[in-house]
Amino acid sequence: MIVHLPILQVIIPLMAAPLCLLLTRPRLAWLFSLIASGLAFLISGMLLQQVMTSGTIIYEMGGWEAPWGIEYRIDQLNALLLLIISALSTIVLFAAETSIHKEIPADKHTLFYVLYLLSLAAMLGIVATGDAFNVFVFLEISSLSAYALIALGQDRRALWASYQYLIMGTIGATFILIGIGLMYQMTGTLNMYDLSIRLPEVAQTRTVFTAFAFVIVGICLKLAMFPLHLWLPNAYAYAPSIVTAFFAATATKVAIYLLIRFTFSVFGLSFSFTHLPLQLLFVTLGLVGVFVASTAAIYQTNVKHLFAYSSIAQIGYMIVGFSISTAAGLTATLLHLFNHALMKGALFLALGAVMYRIGSTQLSNFQGLGRQMPVTMAAIVIGGLSLIGVPLTVGFVSKWYLVLAVIENGWWPVAVLILAGSLLAIVYVWRIVEVAYFKPALAGTETIQEAPLSFLIPVWTLVIANIYFGIDTRLSVQVAQAASQSLFGVSP
Amino acid sequence: MSLSLESMLQFSIILPLLATIGIVATGHKPNLREAVTITTSLVVLYFVISLYQGLQQGESISVYWGELLPGLKISFSIEPLGMLFALIASFLWLITTVYAIGYMRGHHEQNQTRFYSCFAIAISSVMGIAFADNLFTLFIFYEVLTLSTYPLVTHAGTEDAKKGGRVYLGILLSTSILFFLLAIISTWFVAGTLDFKQGGVFAPDVNPLVAGTILVLFIFGIGKAAIMPFHRWLPAAMVAPTPVSALLHAVAVVKAGVFTVLKVCVFIFGIDLLAILPSTQFLLYLAGASVLLASLVAMRQDNLKARLAYSTVSQLGYITMGALMATSAGVVGGSMHIATHAFGKITLFFCAGAILVAAHKSEISQMRSLGRQMPITMIAFFIASLSIIGLPPTGGTWSKWYLLMGTLESEQFILMCILIISSLLNIAYLLPIPFHAFFSGDKSSTPDSGIKEAPLPSLIALSITTVGCVILFVYPQPLYDLAKAILAT
Repeated sequence: MIVHLPILQVIIPLMAAPLCLLLTRPRLAWLFSLIASGLAFLISGMLLQQVMTSGTIIYEMGGWEAPWGIEYRIDQLNALLLLIISALSTIVLFAAETSIHKEIPADKHTLFYVLYLLSLAAMLGIVATGDAFNVFVFLEISSLSAYALIALGQDRRALWASYQYLIMGTIGATFILIGIGLMYQMTGTLNMYDLSIRLPEVAQTRTVFTAFAFVIVGICLKLAMFPLHLWLPNAYAYAPSIVTAFFAATATKVAIYLLIRFTFSVFGLSFSFTHLPLQLLFVTLGLVGVFVASTAAIYQTNVKHLFAYSSIAQIGYMIVGFSISTAAGLTATLLHLFNHALMKGALFLALGAVMYRIGSTQLSNFQGLGRQMPVTMAAIVIGGLSLIGVPLTVGFVSKWYLVLAVIENGWWPVAVLILAGSLLAIVYVWRIVEVAYFKPALAGTETIQEAPLSFLIPVWTLVIANIYFGIDTRLSVQVAQAASQSLFGVSP
Repeated sequence: MSLSLESMLQFSIILPLLATIGIVATGHKPNLREAVTITTSLVVLYFVISLYQGLQQGESISVYWGELLPGLKISFSIEPLGMLFALIASFLWLITTVYAIGYMRGHHEQNQTRFYSCFAIAISSVMGIAFADNLFTLFIFYEVLTLSTYPLVTHAGTEDAKKGGRVYLGILLSTSILFFLLAIISTWFVAGTLDFKQGGVFAPDVNPLVAGTILVLFIFGIGKAAIMPFHRWLPAAMVAPTPVSALLHAVAVVKAGVFTVLKVCVFIFGIDLLAILPSTQFLLYLAGASVLLASLVAMRQDNLKARLAYSTVSQLGYITMGALMATSAGVVGGSMHIATHAFGKITLFFCAGAILVAAHKSEISQMRSLGRQMPITMIAFFIASLSIIGLPPTGGTWSKWYLLMGTLESEQFILMCILIISSLLNIAYLLPIPFHAFFSGDKSSTPDSGIKEAPLPSLIALSITTVGCVILFVYPQPLYDLAKAILAT
C-alpha cells in the first residue's frame, strides 16, 4: 500500500469525481468529496515525511520502466506542493456546502463537487507526474474543470470571465504542448528526468531554444505573470467564492511549480539562465508586476478584484525570487508559495463569508462590517497584515528570506523596491479596514449577523496557520530549503 | 513571592497581555475592569523594581524563548538602558491608569474596554522592547506597538480620527518596513548577528560607507523617534484621548523610538565606530534641525496638545543627538533625558487633559485667567514646563547639562548653540501659558463659576508626576548611575 502512495494521491480524487455523480443528495456529495480530499491530504503528509527522511520516491506506473512507462517522481519540491494543494483544498471544501447553498442553483450542487474533485485531481497530477506529456494532459483536465467552475458564478459576467480564461488558458496550453512536442522531436523522450539528461546534448539547437520559449511563455500565461495576467482578476472576482478561494490558494502555485520544474530540472540551470536574458527579463517583469498590480489593487471597488490584483503582485515577488537563480532565492519563492497560499486562502474564504451574509463583495457594502461581523473582519485584518508582511505572520517570513536572498546577490535597489512594494499593500489593505471600521453601517443592514461556524472554523484555521507558521517556521523553511537545495544539486 | 528573576522578566511582558483577557471579561463592570488594570500595573511595577534590584546586585538575567527563523532568536535580557526605560514605562502606566479613570469617565468616552485592552497590549510590547536582547526581538515588539496603538489613536472613530490614524500608521509602518527592516536585514547580512553587544557588532574593518548607509537607514527607519521629516505622525496622533497622548505619545511610543536609537547606536554600532562614520555628522545636523524647526512650529500652535506634540518632536531630537554624539556624556544625557522628559511631558499632557475635561478648552488662547479656577493644574503645568526647558529645581536640568557636556566633549559647537537656542524657544512657547493663566485677564470679574479642578484621580496623577519632576532634580543619583552604567557593562 505504502509504495502506491504517489498514484493514490491522484487516483483517489480522480475516481471520487465520477462517483460523486451517483450521489444524488448534495450533502452526501459534499461529505464524500471532503473525505476524498482529506485522504489526499493525509497521503501528501505521509509522502512529504517519506521524502524528507529517505529522499526521492520513484513510482513506475503499471510496472513499466521509465522512460517507456509513465513515472511519478516525488521529491521535496513536489511533496511540498502536494501538501499545499491538498491541505488548502480540504480546508476550503469544509465551507463549500454553506457557501454554494447561496451562490449556486441547487440542481448543480453535485456537479460542482464533481468539477471540484476533478480540478483537485488534475492539479495533484500535474505536480506528481514525472512525464512531460502527462503534465499537459492533467493541465487540460484542470483547465477545463476550472472554466466550468468559474462559469458557475451567479454573476452573469462570470461567463465572460470564464470565456476570457478559456481563450488565454488554451493558448497557454497549446504553447506548452508545442514546446513538449519539439522536445520530444529532439530527444525522443517525454520523461522529465530523461529529458534533463538528453537535452544538454542538443542544447545548442534552435529547436530546443524554441521549445524552451514556448514552454516558458505558456506557463507564464497560466501563472498570470504580468503582463499575461489579464484573465485572472475577472475570473477570480466572478467565480463562486469557494472556487476563488481554492484557485487563489492553489492554481497559480501549480503554474509556479511548473516554471521551476521546467527551468531548473528539465532544461537545467545553466541552460535556462546563461543562454537567454531570462534573469533580467524576469526580475524586471516581476517588479513591474508588483507595482502595477498593487497600484491597480488600490483602485478597485470590489474587494475580490482587489485581492485578485494583490495575487498578481504576490506572484511578482515569487518571480523575483525565482529570477535570482540561487538556492536562497528559490527558497524564498517556495516559502512565499506556501505562505501566500495560507494568506489568500484565508482572505478569499473570509470574503466568501461576507458574500454569504451580505451577498456582495463591493467595498462600499463593507461599511460597518467591523461591528456586524467582527470575527470575519478580524480574520481579514490579520490576513491583510500577513499580506503586508508584519512580524509574527507568514508574510514576514517570506519577505525576510526574499530580501535577504536579493541582498546576498548584491541587488540592493531590488531589495528597496520589494519593501516599497509592501507599502502599497498597506494602502489597499487599509482601505478595507477604514471602510469596515470607520464608516457607519448602511441603512437597512442592521440584521446582518456574524458568519456561520461552517465558515468561521476553516477561515480561522487558516488565519491561525498564518500566525503559527509565522512563529514556528521549522516545517516551511526546512522543506523549502531542502527542495531548493536538491534542485541545485547541493546536498542539504 | 519567590519567583525567579527570569520568570519576573517574562511575566512583566506576558502579564499585561493576559490582563486584556481580564479586561474584556469584566468589560461590563467598569470598576472591576479598572481594578484589573491597576492590579496588573502594580504587579508589573513590582516585578520591574525587583529586576532593578537584581541588576543592582550584579545578577545577569536573560531569557530565551525560541528561534523564529534559523539564527533569529526571540530572547530577552536586562541591561541598564532597558531597565531605565522599563522602570519609567511601568511606573507611568500605573499613574496614567489612575488618571485615565478620571479622564475617560469625566469625558464620557465610548468603548472604554477596547481602550484599556489595547493600552495593556501596548504596555506589553513596550516591556518587550525594553528587555529585548537582540534587534530582531525588538523589531517584532516595535511593530506590535504600532499596531496596538492604532485603535487607541482612532478611538473617537470620527473622520478626523480616521485621517490621523492614516498618517500615524502610514508613517510608522512605512518607515519601519522600508528603512528599519532593510537596515536590520543589512546588519544581519554584514555583521552576521543581531545581538546587542557592548561595543557594537560590526567588525572593525567594516566598510564605513556601508555602515554609514545602514546608520542612515536606522535613523530614518525608527520613525517612532520622530526625526524630521518623519515626525508628522506625532501631531496626527493627538486626535487620541489625552491619556493615550500622555503615556504613549509622550512616553511609551516615542521613547521606544529614541530608546531604539540609543540601543542601535551603543550596542549595534558602538560609539567608537559611530564617531568615525561619514553619515554621523549629517544625521546630527538633521537631529539639530529637527530640534529647532519643531520648536519654531510649536510656537505657532494654538491647540495645546499640538503645541506639546511639536515640543515632543523637538525634545526627541535632543536624545537622538545625544546618542549620535558618540561620547559618554552624550549617551548619559540622552538616556537621562528619556526619564526627565517623560515626567515633564506626561505632566503637561495630564494638565492639558484636565483642562479639557474640567473647562472644555483645548486652545491656548482660551486659557487666560484659568489659573484661578484650576490652580493645582496650572502650578503643575508651570513646574513641568521648567523641567522641559531644563531649569532648576526640576530633573530636566541634569539631562540638559549632560547633553551640553556632550556637545563640548565632541566639539560640536553648532549643536551647542542649537541646544541653547532651543531652550530659549522652549521658554517662549511654554511659559506664557501658565503666566497668562495666572496674571492676565480681567481681575475684577468674578471667576467663571462653572469651572473647577479636574476629577480627583486625574488631579492625584498629575500631582505625582509633578513631584516626580522635582525629585529627579533633588535626587538624580540612581538615574545617573543607571545611565552611567550603560556604557560600562
